[in-house]
Formats: sequence, structure tokens, C-alpha cells
Amino acid sequence: MDLTVTGLDVTLGGRPVLHGIDAIFPAGRITAVLGANGSGKTTLLRTLAGLAKPERGHAMLGGRIVTDLDSRERARAIGYLPQDGAVHWNINAGDLVMLGRTPHRSPFAGPSPADWEAVMAAMSATATLELADRIATELSGGERARVLLARVLAGDPQWLLADEPLASLDPAHQLDLLARFRQLTERGMGVVIVLHDLVQAARIADRVLLLREGRVVAFGPAAEVLTPEPLGRAYGVRVAMVPDGSGLALPVAMDRI
Amino acid sequence: MKRPVLIAGLSALVLLFFFLSLMAGKVWVPLGAWWLQGDPRWLIVTELRLPRALLGIGVGAALGLSGAVLQGYLRNPLADPAVVGISSSAALGAVVAILLLSATSPLVIFTCAMAAACGAMLVLAALAWRTRSAVAFILAGTVLASLAGAVTAFLISIAPNPWATAEIIDWIMGSLTDRSFDEATLALPFIAVGCALLLCTGRTLDALTLGEDAARTLGLRLERTQLLVVLGTGLSVGASVAVTGVVGFVGLIVPHLLRPLVGARPSALLVPSALGGAALVLAADSLVRLAPGASEIRLGVAMALIGTPFFFAMLLRMRRSAWI
Repeated sequence: MDLTVTGLDVTLGGRPVLHGIDAIFPAGRITAVLGANGSGKTTLLRTLAGLAKPERGHAMLGGRIVTDLDSRERARAIGYLPQDGAVHWNINAGDLVMLGRTPHRSPFAGPSPADWEAVMAAMSATATLELADRIATELSGGERARVLLARVLAGDPQWLLADEPLASLDPAHQLDLLARFRQLTERGMGVVIVLHDLVQAARIADRVLLLREGRVVAFGPAAEVLTPEPLGRAYGVRVAMVPDGSGLALPVAMDRI
Repeated sequence: MKRPVLIAGLSALVLLFFFLSLMAGKVWVPLGAWWLQGDPRWLIVTELRLPRALLGIGVGAALGLSGAVLQGYLRNPLADPAVVGISSSAALGAVVAILLLSATSPLVIFTCAMAAACGAMLVLAALAWRTRSAVAFILAGTVLASLAGAVTAFLISIAPNPWATAEIIDWIMGSLTDRSFDEATLALPFIAVGCALLLCTGRTLDALTLGEDAARTLGLRLERTQLLVVLGTGLSVGASVAVTGVVGFVGLIVPHLLRPLVGARPSALLVPSALGGAALVLAADSLVRLAPGASEIRLGVAMALIGTPFFFAMLLRMRRSAWI
């Protein structure tokens, strides 16, 4: 099922953050959301996840308004990986991944065989099985990112919304995580990912939504959006294409200087 | 340690301290005396020590459990029932009853203390509906606690006679001395309901380990949990304070003691914390009776005296652990 937003206006604490956003996020594809700091990327993702209620317009999952869905039903359909990746108590990684089963479990029952199966599957898909007994807060950045991804996958959602999952990862771990996102879409999962890195966006995204001050600058196939003109408008920088024909765009200078 | 083993062990400990609490005091009543017909010490056990031990279990469980729930809910290892202002508000209610209504009956004092605890609870619940922030919640609780403390101090300063002042201070220090079945039957139902509400929060507390946004996207309704926390703490801790006065430290220490044994997952801590709190209060209340002299050390005072150095030692030992 596609995720769509139509005429979306979102206000946070009286301050308008998103204006008239229209977009279709196709299932089975990776859509990258890009834009300068404060351009509304996280707010858009939170609205898609049902965490922020729009002032006007809707975020819809397969024709149903996201905030009208029953909270458990929404939780089963949409997995959300927040930006900070906080883990407040030093629980072990296996218990952390099991939290992803919360929307599937009845309130007072212990984990069912199906829950364990889903947790094992999620941990093996993210190569975290051997971390199961480690304390989550003591993992390295790369390990923790994979465990947190496993937590979302354990819920078996149709959609993964990831807010800057590559932040604080080294290049090898960034590539590893992006490859795992690609595998997910091959299983039919839709992915919306907030990114800062233009190169990684070009590498991973099927489509790119480019935001500036809460409005859409460009939305379309990555090869069309990640070009000097729209990127220049979104970030206020001069962008040049890498001349090796790889299709990578790089910011080269501040526009205003 | 496996959780069922720990729960069984703690239950055994509660049972052990329960019987010790029936035996220990200025007069030692050995187990054998309970079955001797006409032994006058039997009255000491049934009239004085049994209600006191039952209250000890209830109060300890309420404080331990609410401490574990609040620490999990606020994701703050320093949280305890005193932080949300319920204890001080209930204490204020009791002081009003003693001072302004010249109350001596348990029912009047209990009603006033519970009314004040409910008032504090309503303020927090109203806030819980309006804001989704745990920080606002803890700030409001702290402010409530300060306000209740200030009003209590003011009432003490205008107390008409030294007897009233002494009575109030005695009461604020917290004690299970001379509590009867009247107090026990008043408080225990509220404590039971409050604890039952608090035990329903485990799943959400676990999910809150990942932060509020992640918990919401796991299909949990945090507003509902906040109400459960407020009501559960209000009823259980309110009723506890309404019969014993303010007994600190239990809610703070017990979850910290148990985390190394059951792990830091908040839901795994709930039942052990209730049992641990009960065992701790029973043990402390038995010890205070054994102190030399005519009167007893106040339970709240003893808890602080034992608790503070103990807590410092624990902090030093665990300074490398991530939950501090």
C-alpha cells in the first residue's frame, strides 16, 4: 500500500512547518527526504508515522488517514526509526528487539513462538544475532544502528520510516545499512528515509523529495532531483556534477558568497 | 538471576520478615507463645503487631512499586514517589486534619490525607492530559511537593500549642507505631487498587526505553499510561502516607537494589520492587522497635539514616554502570 500526503499543512507550537505538501511514496521503493536543517524533514516523517497531526490535509496509508487508524493497526503497518536512537535503560539487545513485537502482543502475555520467530528473523537479517545478550547501551554505533533497525523489522511492518539513520556511522557502516534497506524493498517494504548526504541519497534512493522551508522544491526520480538546479535552490549552495558520469552531485560553494 | 527465582526468594523474605515482625519488639514473643491459650502476649501480636505488619507489607509494596514505575515512566533513576508531590500533599492533608480539625480518629486523618493526595493527583492528571512531556510532569510534581511542604511548615509555625506541633512533626516523620486494624482496613484497599493500576503499566514502560516517539509508534497510548501512573501512585502512595506519614527512600532504593539482579527492563522490575519494598519496610519497622529507650526511632528517620550511606555506597560501587 502506498503512503500519500495531500495538501499537508503542519504547525508546531503555532509555527507553520510544512505547507501544502503533496507526495506519493510508492510501496517497495526507497524515497529519500532531503533538505536543509529546519526544512521540515523530520516533521514530515513524524506526520507519516501518525505522531504529528496535520493542520490541513492528510497523510494516508492505502486510502485511510494515518491518524484515524487504530494505534495498534498503525503500529503494525508503519515502523518508525527515530532520529536520536535513544536507549534509556541498559537492557540487552535481544529484549530491545522484542520491543518491536509490542503491537502484536496482548498486554499481559509473554512472547509467543511467533514473536520469537520474528525477533530471530529480524536479528539474522541485520546480522545482530550474536549481539542478543549484549547490553544495548554498550554497543558500538554501527551495532546499535543495526539492533535498532532489527527492532523495527521485528514488528514486520509494510513501511519503514527512518530519520537520519546514517548519522554518526562510518562509511562502511553507512553502506552496510543502506544495503539492508535495499534488501527490505526487495521484500516489498516501502522505505522513507531522511538523509543529509547527497552521495548516499544518489546511491540508495529511487525517488527524492526535496524540501525547503516546509515546501516541496522537487519530487521525482533521484536522477532528476539530485541535480545542480533543485539542490541549489533547496540548500542555497552551488552544486556541481561529478564529471565522471556517475551522476553524483556535490555541493561546491555557498551560493551567497 | 532468573526472575521467577528472584520473585520466589523475595516472597520468602517478605514472609520471613512478616513473622519476625510479629515476634520482635520491646517484648519478644516467640512463635511457640502464639499457640499457648491465655498467654497475654497473644494480644500484643494480634492487636498491635499484626495490623502493623500488614500495613508494613502494603506500604512497602506501594512505595517500592511506585518507585519502580516512576523511574521507568520518567526514565530517570532518581525518581521516587516524593518527586511527584503525592507524599507531601497527603502529609499536608493529615496536618490540616490534626491542626485545624483537631482530629485524632484515624478515619478523619485518613480522609483528609487522601483528599489532599487526590487533589494533587487531579492537578497532575489535568496536566497529564494537556501536556505529553515527562519533564513538565516531574516539574509540576516537584512544585506541588514544595508548595505542600511550605504550607505544612506554615501550619506548624501557627500551631496553637506545642502538643499540636509535636503531634504533627511526629506524624510527618513517618511511623507504623500503634497502627491498628482501623488504619489497615482503611488503607489496604486503596493500596491494592493503586498497585493493580501500576502493574498495568509494564509494557509501556518497556517501550519507553526507546523514547516517547518510538513508544507511540509501537501502538501504545502514553496519555493512558500517564493517567495510570498518576492514579496508581496517588491511590497507593496517598493511602500509605495517610496512615504512616512520609517514609522516604524506599521507592528510590528498592529498584536500584534489584536492577543488578533482574536487569534494567522496567516491566521485569515491577513485581520484585513491590516485594522488595515490602521486605525492606517490614525489616526496618522490626529494627526500629528494638532500639534502646522507651520510644521507638521513627520509621521515616530510620529509613533515611540507613538509606543515605547505603545509597552512597551503591553509587560508588555502580559508578561505572550506565544507569547512573
